[in-house]
Amino acid sequence: MAELTYRDALRTTLIEEMDRDPTVVLLGEDIGLYQGTFRVTADLLERYGPRRVIDTPISELGFVGAAIGMAMLGLRPVVEVMTWNFSLLALDQIVNNAAKLRYFSGGQVEAPLVIRGPNGAGVQLSAQHSQSLEALYAHIPGLYVVAPATPAEAKGLLRTAIRGRNPVIFLENAALYGMKGEVPDGEFALPFGRAEVVRRGRDVTVAAYSRMLHVALAAADRLQGEGIQAEVINLRTLRPLDVDTVAESVGRTHRAVVVQEQWRLFGAAAEIAASIYEQAFDQLDAPVERVTGADVPMPYARNLELLAVPHEEDIVRAVKKTLYKA
Amino acid sequence: MGDVIMPKMGDAMTEGRVLRWRKRPGDPVRAGEAIAEIETDKVNVDLEAEESGTLLEIVVPEGQSAPVGARIAVIGAPGAQPTPAGAPPTAPAPRPAPAPPTGPLQAEPRAPRTRVKASPLARRLAEEHGLDLSRLQGTGPDGRITKEDVEAHLALGPRAPAAAEEGGPDYTEETPGRMRATIARRMAESKLQAPHFYVTVQVVMDDALRARQQLNRDLKEERRVTVNDFVIRAAALALRAFPNLNSAFVNGKIRRFRRINIAVAVALPDGLIAPVLRDCDRKSLLQISEEARALTERTRSGHLRPDDYEGGTFTISNLGMFDFVENFVAIINPPHAAILAVGAAQPRAVVRGGQLGVATTMALTLSADHRVTDGAEAARFLGEIKRLLENPFLLFVDAPQA
Repeated sequence: MAELTYRDALRTTLIEEMDRDPTVVLLGEDIGLYQGTFRVTADLLERYGPRRVIDTPISELGFVGAAIGMAMLGLRPVVEVMTWNFSLLALDQIVNNAAKLRYFSGGQVEAPLVIRGPNGAGVQLSAQHSQSLEALYAHIPGLYVVAPATPAEAKGLLRTAIRGRNPVIFLENAALYGMKGEVPDGEFALPFGRAEVVRRGRDVTVAAYSRMLHVALAAADRLQGEGIQAEVINLRTLRPLDVDTVAESVGRTHRAVVVQEQWRLFGAAAEIAASIYEQAFDQLDAPVERVTGADVPMPYARNLELLAVPHEEDIVRAVKKTLYKA
Repeated sequence: MGDVIMPKMGDAMTEGRVLRWRKRPGDPVRAGEAIAEIETDKVNVDLEAEESGTLLEIVVPEGQSAPVGARIAVIGAPGAQPTPAGAPPTAPAPRPAPAPPTGPLQAEPRAPRTRVKASPLARRLAEEHGLDLSRLQGTGPDGRITKEDVEAHLALGPRAPAAAEEGGPDYTEETPGRMRATIARRMAESKLQAPHFYVTVQVVMDDALRARQQLNRDLKEERRVTVNDFVIRAAALALRAFPNLNSAFVNGKIRRFRRINIAVAVALPDGLIAPVLRDCDRKSLLQISEEARALTERTRSGHLRPDDYEGGTFTISNLGMFDFVENFVAIINPPHAAILAVGAAQPRAVVRGGQLGVATTMALTLSADHRVTDGAEAARFLGEIKRLLENPFLLFVDAPQA
């Protein structure tokens, strides 16, 4: 066990995998000479040279398409998008090629690539750099969508992503890069589609992922002080989505609150809530509550940006609503 | 294979509760055999199987309610597989309440079907404990019944009023049962909607009582005629002459009934119900007496059928069995236009020809709906009843008009 930042957990995993497997290559804007926009790829150009750490022009459609081609021909590219907002330029390559190649080819061709980069708000980058786009990708069959919340998960999920045989949408979070946490040594990996009950509680199930996990845990602390025990579940991956763990928890708590930073309509929380209704209807004592970001373009101003994302008091309020204590 | 459905046992019935299953899954049943006891707003009724076979499955357990037309059990060939729950019940049209060939049914205002609001979990807990959710007050939004409400109710034990705790309120509260709730609703409706007025007459009963004595001397004990039978017959004959009192004020119209069907209030441990004697003006005193006795017995044993209490046109309520009740005033049984309250027949001081004497008298108080009739008509109607009872032989012939 070592204490690492989220950023270093990712970097360490890249180094371990590149050392282990010569087919792992990196592509992206400013990942080499500039050391990476968020320093995730610091020193890797020196370590592995320009054939394995490739600085690309500003051309998302081009370099994501190139990475898909590399993957089809046997490499394991890990593409960095400077932020997931820029991935929209490559949406056609991701949705129409990466996600469908195995299907189109009757299983003869696969595209084992990872696309990684920061997703979400919180660092005053304004409306074109702060969107949470996980729902766009989680909607697509053929893609895996992963959203680690801690340094340990960053390591465990990235390793599984790199070693897998499928395209993985790897959603980091700009506000989490500096976060520190215990990270297991060695070839630690986490399976996809397996949520984790981070905190036990009997009164309500709070499901969250990525940065919102920490907001949910803070809310659970505050609720504890009021005698309400929240069970907090970290989803870790959105596709596959581990509904069973959530439903099983709701079976014990009879209430659910789902938290996401992204906009409310058609978001991950809606899917999770619907799944809870399907799998645990008779266990519910109250409607499932959703805590989400505001349906607005992300403001640049600090005070407004804070207003546009969920906070622990929002979760506390939603929990109390499910307990009819609001 | 056939579904047993919750029958419609009356105009206003929207749902019924299964009180008791007389058969268990696997038991053979014959068509016409009573397989369950159903509680409606008014009475408990035996549900008869419509086909022979084996009771394959009980869908609605004892203590649970189901809407009219819902599948409550399945009868089929022995060993057959009932269609899985969740398959749409093939509900045949609910059996209509048998209507009298002429004359409209009692036009009881339909209560809108109110769905009990409860969380899914509350429903499941209620089902597990055989609890009727309609008896609970929900504390959630819009009165939604929550897990906490069910648990609080269960903590009280079966309908046990909570003992006043130290410092708690010094009263107990209980949700009324179905019959009490129905009485509450209908009587409040009556008092709020029908402008009541009251007229009382004293009837000298000596001759009627003598006639009754002579009649009963030749009858077996179980066939004896009661004073109330006399009153029913007299009222029925009088109603022929006063159709306004054999009517109902419905939707701004006066609905005069062609038949004279007298409802007789019968007290029960937890309320009362008024089963109906049909065509009393066309039946002899003895016939009325026999039917009234059978009806009262069915009422007390909880075996009333829907057509026993539907279609009344006028009600008689008698407290004469309490010999200290001189007279009382009844609330009209909606939608009727009138109700007759009968006090005890007792020897009382009377003045006749300037002389003080003793006579057995009985007070009749008519409560009538002022939208339909007025004091003078009510007085004449009571006068006719008085004339018939004081000349009881008129009750034995076919209704001579005064």
